[in-house]
Amino acid sequence: MELVLVILIGVLYASGIFMLLRRSMVKLLIGLILLGNGANLLIFLLGGITKGKPPVIDNAAKLFTDIYADPIPQALILTAIVISFGIQSFAIVLLKRVYVLVNSDDLDDLNTPEEEDI
Amino acid sequence: MLIAVLAGLIVSILYIPFGKYLRGRLAILVALLPITLFAYFISFIPAIQDGRHVHSHHPWVPSLGINFDFHLDGLSLLFSLLITGVGSLVFLYAAPYLKGHRYLDRFYGYLSLFMAAMLGVVLADNVLLLFIFWELTSISSFFLIGFNNGNGASRKSSLIALGVTGGGGFLLMAGLILMGHLSGSYSIQEMLGSNEFLKSHTLYGLILILVFAGAFTKSAQFPFHFWLPGAMKAPTPVSAYLHSATMVKAGIYLLARLQPVLGGTDYWMYPLVVIGGITMLYSAFHSIFRTDLKSILAYSTIAALGMLVFLIGIGTAESLLAASVFILVHALYKASLFLTAGVIDHETGTRDVTQLSGLRKVLMPLSVAGILAALSSAGLPLTFGFIGKDLIYEATLQTTGFWMIALTTLALLTNGLLLCAGFMAGIKPFTGNLPDSFAQVHLPNGLMWGAPLLLAILGIILGCAPWLVDDALLNPAAYVMHQSAIDSPLKIWHGFNLVLLLSGVTLALGTLLYIVRKPSAASLASIERYNNLAPKHIIGSLARYARKISIRYTRTLHNGYLRVYLLRIIIFAILLLAFRLFTGGPIKLTFDTLSPISIYEVVVVGILIAAIYITVTAPSRLTAVVATSVIGYCICLLFVFYSAPDLAMTQFTIDTLTVVLFVLVLFRLPPFLNFANRGVRIRDGIVASAFGLVIALVAIQVLNQPVDGTVSKFYGDNAYLLAKGKNVVNVILVDFRGLDTMFEIVVLSIAAVGVVSLLKLRLKASEKE
Amino acid sequence: MKSTILKTASNYLLPILLLFSIFILLRGHYYPGGGFVGGLIAAIAFVLHSFTHNTDATLKLLRIHPSSLIPMGLALAALSMFAPMFVGMPVMTGLWFDEPFPVIGMIGSALFFDLGVYLVVIGVVLTILFTISQYSE
Repeated sequence: MELVLVILIGVLYASGIFMLLRRSMVKLLIGLILLGNGANLLIFLLGGITKGKPPVIDNAAKLFTDIYADPIPQALILTAIVISFGIQSFAIVLLKRVYVLVNSDDLDDLNTPEEEDI
Repeated sequence: MLIAVLAGLIVSILYIPFGKYLRGRLAILVALLPITLFAYFISFIPAIQDGRHVHSHHPWVPSLGINFDFHLDGLSLLFSLLITGVGSLVFLYAAPYLKGHRYLDRFYGYLSLFMAAMLGVVLADNVLLLFIFWELTSISSFFLIGFNNGNGASRKSSLIALGVTGGGGFLLMAGLILMGHLSGSYSIQEMLGSNEFLKSHTLYGLILILVFAGAFTKSAQFPFHFWLPGAMKAPTPVSAYLHSATMVKAGIYLLARLQPVLGGTDYWMYPLVVIGGITMLYSAFHSIFRTDLKSILAYSTIAALGMLVFLIGIGTAESLLAASVFILVHALYKASLFLTAGVIDHETGTRDVTQLSGLRKVLMPLSVAGILAALSSAGLPLTFGFIGKDLIYEATLQTTGFWMIALTTLALLTNGLLLCAGFMAGIKPFTGNLPDSFAQVHLPNGLMWGAPLLLAILGIILGCAPWLVDDALLNPAAYVMHQSAIDSPLKIWHGFNLVLLLSGVTLALGTLLYIVRKPSAASLASIERYNNLAPKHIIGSLARYARKISIRYTRTLHNGYLRVYLLRIIIFAILLLAFRLFTGGPIKLTFDTLSPISIYEVVVVGILIAAIYITVTAPSRLTAVVATSVIGYCICLLFVFYSAPDLAMTQFTIDTLTVVLFVLVLFRLPPFLNFANRGVRIRDGIVASAFGLVIALVAIQVLNQPVDGTVSKFYGDNAYLLAKGKNVVNVILVDFRGLDTMFEIVVLSIAAVGVVSLLKLRLKASEKE
Repeated sequence: MKSTILKTASNYLLPILLLFSIFILLRGHYYPGGGFVGGLIAAIAFVLHSFTHNTDATLKLLRIHPSSLIPMGLALAALSMFAPMFVGMPVMTGLWFDEPFPVIGMIGSALFFDLGVYLVVIGVVLTILFTISQYSE
């Protein structure tokens, strides 16, 4: 199963990079989301995947008696997911703002001709 | 001692709030600082005379070896007294000189800062501390040279000065760190113990080059001397203080200080003697062609600095004593001449020696100061300059064979030329007939003529009574450089010998030159024809070419297209990772440790990949957003499969909110446009696929590494025992790593503030374009 | 969105979802859940309400502007971080009552920290979304 996930991560990264290289700002944003998902899965996979054993101690016990999924990648990814929401919302509002100002979705329209004379 | 050094810094900060009260008569008060410090350092003379040293230690960044270590010995004391003594007079002099200037408070702020930095340089025992103060002197000098910041030439000169001294300082830092690293200590006193080791080390040559680069740029040695004449754009008190008596001597100080650590070898001696020799002859020669008073003084200062480097290079007991005497001699007469020139400029409005004459009739006390200083610079008997010059000849005569003749001739020529320059600056303006245009000139405030007069008279007093300073100040200073006792008291009269003959020849030569040569604009023009060959021009064009190249380079690399930058970064990352994968050996796959594949997982991954495909190729924005959310929900399912319920819940809710967000904002935007042509898309596709492949390979590599579960095990074992929680992920978030979470919610809050301010921001109509 | 069914449903869904979010928050220390998820669920509840009615109606329902929840949450989290200092223990030491409380279970400083996270998350999400939707209108 790990190999399938590895392929999935590769595809996520590749598509994320491809979208990042587009001129459209919305595509760039989607590329960021794809990359973020890929990174999350990568961290998750590298911590080792375990089926059906969440890192929650049994009701009666005080310690783990069985093997359990690694909690650290989970804590890291949880943080990353929430933060990425903040980034996405900021980026999307920025995009909107730029769109209202220059009335274009094209990144190249942001290059003013004066700047190139420097 | 720490307080003494930092006092200037503190006072310069105090000028910011309180400076405006000092513009009027109160300006005199600021001189209390250097005067107090001067008295403070005077009080150390008896201790130094007895051969004791004063050391003070305050930790600052001990882990990096940077400490406030100060060490006061003979050499430091000589410089400290010069800095605070000349400083006192300059502070007093500047008050009437810049009276009513808008930025007088700022001026005093820079000056105090400079004084503190300079004291730091000469007192610091830690080389890194020394470097920090060294750079501070460059920076404060930059502000002082460019003090008349309305003037373009002023700004340019200050930039050149900063560029040259700052660049040298940068190299010096490398040299000092290298020294500290090799000897195992950043303390100069402790380096003394490992001097043999340093001198025999293979990196000794590199250290010398770096240290010389720092010292030569700071002390304006050929071919870096050109910043000093430019620095004369500064107000005259600054020229007198920084560019003759103190800052330019920092390089000399450094060489003198490191003489016992690095000196005594051929690699030390020859560069110093040769560079010092070239500098002194070259600029002494230049000085007699100048017509601007300050320019003459600037070139003769460079010559004097060359002389000092030359003397330190010779490195015998006599030459080092001569160097320490000459430091004092030069500071006294040159500061005096500068201050005199300042008064002349201030009162007559010109500094052109071809126009100035006969000023003795209107500026009597000043003419006494100028003439006495010029005589001391000429080295007439009974002036302090005479003693200095005698010692210089004694030092050159101590060498043997060819060197003796070469060095003595060099010193003779330089001294002759310097004498002529000194007469031009100190005597020429006062003798002859007073032109009518200067008849109205009158004496300024007493502080302005008192300061140069005091310095000039001091030169005469010391010339008649050198015993006032030899044991107290000069011998201890030379002792520090030579590391052995020098028992040759300064003498007023040496008897009739070769040295006296040489002095006489110098005097005759210089006076003859002064009588024969009349400075004129024509002769200045004749020497300026060769400007194209001057180091200033060559280094200036190098700088211009470097600028052109960097502009072209920047235009290619920094062309303003985000995706081009990204493409370069990604390609570089691919190459780097691929190289590492390639050299890291074959990629092994052990199938037996992998978990089995089940059908529902494959279905989810299949949907995921289909959704990714739709996202990438979607013709409309809405399709892309919907497909993106499908990706998110599928990943959420994967988290469910692999025992991460918390993640699944978070991913699910966040994904929902993201869709809402996208729909809210993107609803009104136009449809997707395809900007790129087919070729670009294929190129990007190849790069992106390569990156995905590399990441996948890296992931496989990492999967084959055993997982170190120590930290996870700690959290798992202690979640309930220490934190009374059973959901380990949540315990990590709110307890074990609570501080991280705290910062995370702060970041979230900042994002919210950013969004709100972006949206509430209303642009003015003018900014809409 | 003008759907009577959804509109009516959201009136009932809002309190249920809110209750659920608090449940998730409280059980976070023992079972999957916690401040982040709880806060997000609560935020979704309000967003749903604002979709079916409109943003102003939701804001009226909230009585206070969601942006004021952010400093409240931050302060609560910071307070629970520094609270151990007042009883002479290092910052961020977990403090717990000895006996469990009915319904809520064990109460300790970590719970208040989580509550702070919960409030910040609601505040941030609602501030962002409501500002955007008001701007679009």
